[in-house]
Formats: sequence, structure tokens, C-alpha cells
Amino acid sequence: MSGFRWLHDYLAALEGEHVVLREEADPHTLPPAHRLMVDGEDWGSAAKVSAAFGHRHAGVWGEHIGDWIIVRACLAFEGDYLVLETPVSPQRPVLPSHSPYYSGIDRLERHLQDMLGVAFLDHPDSRRWTRHQAWPEGSYPLRHESPASGTPPKRTPADSDYPFVEVLGSGVYQIPVGPVHAGIIEPGHFRFHAVGEDVLRLEQRLGYVHKGIEKIAEGRDPEGLARLAGRISGDTTVAHTWAACMAMERAYDVSVPPLALAIRAILAERERIANHLGDIGAICNDVGFAFAHMQCARLREQWQRGNQSVFGHRLLMDRIVPGGVFRTLTYQCAELLKTQNQDLSKELDSLLPILEDQPSLQDRLANTGVLAAEDARRLGVTGYVGKASGMDYDVRRDHAYAPYDRLTVESPCLSAGDVAARVQVRASEIRHSLGLLNCLMENLPKGPVQAEWTQPAKAIEGIGVVEGWRGEIVTYVRLGEDGRVQRFFARDPSWFSWPALEQLIHGNIVADFPVCNKSVNASYSGHDL
Amino acid sequence: MLRILNKIRRIGIVTETPPRDREIEALGKTVRRHIDRRFRGSLAIRQVDAGSCNGCELEIHALNNPYYDIERFGVHFVASPRHADALLVTGPVSRHMETALRRTWRATPAPKIVIAAGSCACDGGEFGVSYASCGAVENVIPVDVKIPGCPPAPADLLKGILSALRASTSTQGK
Ligand code: SF4
Repeated sequence: MSGFRWLHDYLAALEGEHVVLREEADPHTLPPAHRLMVDGEDWGSAAKVSAAFGHRHAGVWGEHIGDWIIVRACLAFEGDYLVLETPVSPQRPVLPSHSPYYSGIDRLERHLQDMLGVAFLDHPDSRRWTRHQAWPEGSYPLRHESPASGTPPKRTPADSDYPFVEVLGSGVYQIPVGPVHAGIIEPGHFRFHAVGEDVLRLEQRLGYVHKGIEKIAEGRDPEGLARLAGRISGDTTVAHTWAACMAMERAYDVSVPPLALAIRAILAERERIANHLGDIGAICNDVGFAFAHMQCARLREQWQRGNQSVFGHRLLMDRIVPGGVFRTLTYQCAELLKTQNQDLSKELDSLLPILEDQPSLQDRLANTGVLAAEDARRLGVTGYVGKASGMDYDVRRDHAYAPYDRLTVESPCLSAGDVAARVQVRASEIRHSLGLLNCLMENLPKGPVQAEWTQPAKAIEGIGVVEGWRGEIVTYVRLGEDGRVQRFFARDPSWFSWPALEQLIHGNIVADFPVCNKSVNASYSGHDL
Repeated sequence: MLRILNKIRRIGIVTETPPRDREIEALGKTVRRHIDRRFRGSLAIRQVDAGSCNGCELEIHALNNPYYDIERFGVHFVASPRHADALLVTGPVSRHMETALRRTWRATPAPKIVIAAGSCACDGGEFGVSYASCGAVENVIPVDVKIPGCPPAPADLLKGILSALRASTSTQGK
């Protein structure tokens, strides 16, 4: 964390663009982020200045409070987070778009448009995104007047008239895929335009697993919110729950005991390892290398069984709770975890080199699905997709939260941007996570695993930022005087890696889509919310 | 190449053998018997994620890993509902998936078995019924068997498949 060394120059640049900062927002009420409130008309200019400074856009979300819709944008730079805020009138909800400066923010703005009815001027693409046919145009689920139950049609029809962009030309044909896919995977629609074998354009249509999470979060108590956050994306249950709890703990100024923090990190690293293991195997399987698939599936199963015996859940759901973790680690459990670390390290020492210099495998993965560094930066991709394309960012290292602030976090960064690079980043993340686990296990603090939870009788808000296995998660929570959730938004890294997939598939053959897709493995559920 | 062969030789077959996990083995054998009798040796399942958080999918995947290797009991996952004897549906049914699920169900030839896997599929789970979610699978298509759990572990899934087989044998005869 640089401690906002750049802020002074940034404020000066805003002034140069005649952006007026509104007085009513205290910049220090959303720690560790810095908060600035601007007028609606300056919303675009502020993004322009941020883009010129090289800030990364980390998401935009809105909220209907009283007579206003408050729109917030989160920007990241040098490990610091800046939250821009602006009030919009529900009667005339228009705002300049950030998309002209940040193309990766396109879908989040469209999500906001569908959920709260804010229209973005100069937005390059005003088509609906999250809305299919479950609620009509002109009705917005996150507005006060919309009940969580909604007024859905008796049967919700398919969204068959979504206007896909068409590519015309001789020999161009379309391949529609989904929403129900051929394998055991989440639903979504892919529209390919191809000539012969080559993909000319891929357009995604997501939102099929939209479950109204932001709306049904309203009115929950902290425990209830933690449970819901753990089900935003089942493979990321630890990281999402952690981010939600972190936001609430910061809001309430609760300090989580050191042992609970260490256990949280153990859970998070174990989740990272499990997912990378499964995916590396699946990537190899998509190019016909079943050996790796079976080996990785075997290791993943052993790892999940370890989760079951030590933590009582194979995917580690509901192990993190507001204020701490659900229970402490017994001596026997700690020993079992240590043995599992050693065993897995040994296994990987023999398995990974086989994959790394298997010419027929590398031949299929190298130069396949290349995401140019320029595109990664433009879209603001984090996690292994970003790290394989030159985006050297890891929340654990660059915006270190406890307990990572006491640990040395290494984060791989490559430039090739192809499937092989993404596999390599994941493999080294597994190794680093094993190192972190060893470190954590050796220095386990003592003490309680649950903080006292005292609730101030006023409305309060907080932000949580966590490095999930897919990359950076940013979560915002606002709680009312009664301690109930009024607004919850969790920005999964998939909001940026999905558009990256549309980019990196260009020029590849249709048959390589599965391996490209798996190497990115963006979450449908985490994105559709 | 030698290293691969070596690794394969050293690891051997890890598929569970009776002394290590009698439960899976016994379950599997019973499943196999039912499938042999009623489905001529193979039960084709089409898995449909109708709005799940993907947690259930991870455990369904695990059924294919070398520890469970569910194919050896005659159960295999197919790509098209037209080839399926059973649908294994997860998630609360999101409203945006409602029609897709109905169509998948219609595309599955009768007689068909519908298994709802996971708490969400059984009763809406953490998501319930809302503007965005139809809740339980049975709110949209008829369900034969429910497998609770968030997510159900592979062994629970196997048990659920078995009770689906039993239920269908008793209602539809051999
Ligand atoms: S039952 Fe649990 S794991 Fe399965 S979809 Fe629902 S929340 Fe996810």
C-alpha cells in the first residue's frame, strides 16, 4: 500500500478538469478506501482523469437511498482504492458513462441500468444485460418500490429477441451455444460467428443464473448475509464470504482475532489450490490429455476429503462467519493439514514437471487463446487471467489485508497471455499457496476465533477487498440502524474475465473454444448474481 | 513418456475397493443391478444447471473422478436430453432458466426420471422464491426424487440416484 501518495496530484487534476468535489462526503468513512463525491455532470470527467492517471476500474454499483439513487465507482491504483460517488435523481436518472474510458466497465453499467434504471450517456452499447424476460422494461428490481417477490409472469418466456450483433460477409455462419451446455457446467449463451474453422467474433449473453442476490440480501442479519455471500459462486465460497464479512467488520470496527484470520487464510489458500488443481486437469483434458485430468482429479478429491475431515465441509462453505471463523483448529487437525501439504507438494514435484515438458501438450496450449497485455489492461482483468498477460496485481501483496500483511506473498506475472501462460500462473500459484499454508501452520497464533460483535445503533457501511482464486473481489455492504443489510454488492472478478474471453478467442478455431474457456473459467453465477 | 508411464504404474488404480469405502462399493453394486435390470446396463443422465451457484456441479463432477468413477456402475452423463433417461437438475430454478429447463424436460424421451440435487433444487435453499427465482425444481417440472445437501456429497448423489432407480422400478414396473 502506497498510502495515497498520488492523491494530491489527482485532486489537482480533477480541479484542472473543473470537477467540483461535494463537501458532504467525508473521505474517511469507507476505510481503507478514500471517498470523493462529485456532481453527476462531472462523473465522466472524473473517470477521464482517473484513466489518464492509469487507475484500474474495479467496478460500479448503485443504491436507492431515500429520494436518491447513489452511484458508486471503485478505482484502484498502486494498491489504494478510491470510491467515487454521485447522487442521481430517480426522476431523471442519467449519468455520463465510464465505458468510453474503461471498456471493461460496460456490462456493470448495463447491469446498473437494468437493476436501478440509471441510463448512461455515451455508452457504446445500451442493450439490456442482466434483464431477460422476468421483469418488464421500465421496472427496476433494486428500486424501493419493487418488492423482492416482484410480479413475475406465470411462466417466464425465453429471451429470444435479444439483438445480437451480426457479422455479415460471404461464408460467415453463426453457431449458437447454450444456455444449456453439453457438459456439467453452468448455463449461458455463446454466439459464435465463424468462417470455416476460425472464430470471427464471439458474443456472450449471460444473466441466465441471475438469482436476485442483491435484492434478497436486503433485510438479512450479518450471519444471513455471510451465508448468502458464500453462495454467490460455490467454487469461491470462502473468498466471497470473507469479503462480505470484512466489509461488515470494517463497518462495525470489529477486530477479528489473529487465530481466526490465520484460519481464514488457510481456508482461502485451500480453496485456491482445489480450484487450480481441478482446472489444470480439465484444461489438459480439453486437449485430449486425460492422464493429467485423472491425476489432478485424484489430488483434488484427496484435498476435498481433507477439507471434510478438518473443517467439516468439502467445499468449505459457511466456515467463515462474521467476526471470525466457525470453530478453532485442534492439534490433530493442524497435524493433518500439515501432512496434506507435504503430500501434495511431493505429488506435484513429480506431476507438474511431466506437464511442463510434455511437448504434445505444450504444443496445444502455447499460442492458443492469447490475451494481449494491452487488452488485459484495458479491461482491468485481475487474477490468473491478468497475471498471465502482464497485470502484476495481487490484493494479498499490493493491498495486504491481515494475515497476509505479515506474510511474504509472491505473485507470478507472465507476458505471453496464452493458455500455457495461464496454466503456468496457476501452477505457480498452487506452489506459492502451499508455501503460505506452511508458513501459516508453523506460526498459528493462540486465542479465540470469534470477536465480540457489538452493533452501533446507526447506519454504517464498509468495503471488503479480497484476492479470491479468480482474482480481486470487491464487496460493499451498508447496514441500517437495526443491524440489517440495506445494500450488498459483490463484484466477482468474472465481470472482467468474461469480456477477456471474447477478446482472446479471436482467430482461434471453434474447436479450441473449450480449452480457452476453461483456462479463463469465469463464473456464471458470480457474474449473474 | 517414461515418466508418465512410471507415474501411472506407481499410482495404480485408486478407484475405491471394498475395504476402503464399503459404502460406495455396496451402493454402486446395487445401482448397477437396478440399471442392468431396467436400463439394459446403462443409465444416461443429462445434468441441467437451472440456476445453481456451481457448488452442486463441483460435486457432480467429483462422481467422475477416479475415486468414485461412477461410469463403472453404468451411470454416464450425456450431452443431449434426447439421449437421457434421467435429468439431474441443480439450483433454484432462476426465472431466466425456466423456459430452458421446461424445453430440456420436454426434449427428454418418456419415461423419464427427474432428480432434484441440492437444497436449492429441493426447496429453493438460500434463494427461495423471488422476482428472479422460481425456487424448487418441482415448481417448474415434476420431480421424482430429491437429494438434499448444500451441496450433496458424491456419496449422497449416488444414494439419490439409487432411490430414483428404486422409485421408478416400483412405479413403472420392469
Ligand atoms: S444447494 Fe448449495 S451448493 Fe447447491 S446450488 Fe444451492 S447453494 Fe449452491
